[in-house]
Amino acid sequence: MDYKDYYKALGVERSSSDKEIKAAYRKGARKYHPDINTGPDAEAKFKEISEAYEVLKDPERRAAYDQLGQEPPQGQGQYRPPPDWDSGYSFSEGGPHGDTDFSDFFETLFRRQAGAAPGAGAGRGADSHGKIEITLEDAYRGAERTLSLRSPVVGPNGTVSLQDRKIAVRVPKGIAQGQHIRLAGQGVQGQGGAGDLFLEVSFAPHPVFRAEGKDLFLDLPVTPWEAALGGHVVMPTPDGQVDLSIPKNARSGQKLRLKGKGLPGAPAGNIYATLKIVNPDATTQEARAFFEKMAKEMPFNPRAHFGGVGK
Amino acid sequence: MKKTTLKSDIVDALSLDDLCRFCQADETWVIELVEHGVLEPIGSTRGNWRFVGASIVRAKKAHRLNRDLGVNTAGVALVLDLLEERDAILRRLAQLETV
Repeated sequence: MDYKDYYKALGVERSSSDKEIKAAYRKGARKYHPDINTGPDAEAKFKEISEAYEVLKDPERRAAYDQLGQEPPQGQGQYRPPPDWDSGYSFSEGGPHGDTDFSDFFETLFRRQAGAAPGAGAGRGADSHGKIEITLEDAYRGAERTLSLRSPVVGPNGTVSLQDRKIAVRVPKGIAQGQHIRLAGQGVQGQGGAGDLFLEVSFAPHPVFRAEGKDLFLDLPVTPWEAALGGHVVMPTPDGQVDLSIPKNARSGQKLRLKGKGLPGAPAGNIYATLKIVNPDATTQEARAFFEKMAKEMPFNPRAHFGGVGK
Repeated sequence: MKKTTLKSDIVDALSLDDLCRFCQADETWVIELVEHGVLEPIGSTRGNWRFVGASIVRAKKAHRLNRDLGVNTAGVALVLDLLEERDAILRRLAQLETV
């Protein structure tokens, strides 16, 4: 396991007061909270500072942690705490609330003595929460995914260890971003049965579509002549290609609706295509001549509404 | 390691009890969120409230914000509204930047 520098994580000194540590944590938590900061590293950073604060806010734990000393020099392999590093300190059962899991470093040092695993009371075990990222295509057709889970398990001698397991999950067809999948009985094991596992679904970024609820949005490039003359263009959907009919004299920015072609369901979502008229570059003599002919023969001033300026 | 595909279902409508369990929160707190308009259940009485779609996601976020940052209900309501507004703007921006 790797040594964690909790002071560095919070950006405070070893000599910092409780007040300073609390302020640093609050500031960092606001900045990196995954519900607020959607950046790719925010969640990891938030976990890091939560874990650091979990230790440093508690005087007993902080003292025990300080006893470990500084990070050992590099090149000595895996970090191992010195024997009896925590003698003389008694910290209460630790633990992040609910669905966060902390580093091996934290689990080994501060959770060993946890009397009972969360939810091991008389009733049903607690629910667990996780996340799953799927593709838009998975949501269209339904899919099967293998998920790696890590959960604390109480051993025969009362110690808690982390156990990895793999489960196969069926992603129901038509699920939308932000919805949850429930896996009954896959949460924490309690004496009265296991809790449920809830997975929050997010979509991997798609090169063409943006999903909003059950609807999909895309920008559809069309040529000036397709826009002017109207007609059919072939367009991709996550479920295969479809023919889209473009009205005559279509404008750039005009939104076309493909009813029922969005995410499946009752009712199914729609696809909204926003037209983007794209000009070909005039790179050849012929192309130039063509544009010049248009300029001559098609009296058109797109700046007419500016009031006489521009032409 | 044995491999069986587990039965799964989409969480689409939760009662007040279900929602409390789902976000590990107590009833009073959920009711407060309803009173602040953060959650909009279907159904006229507490007994037959159904929380669907956006309300489920909002409840979960609200609980995390309250738990992790100590934001009170009025604050949570404001944060969620602003976050939704920001996300809409970010989506719009992403859309304009791809052109």
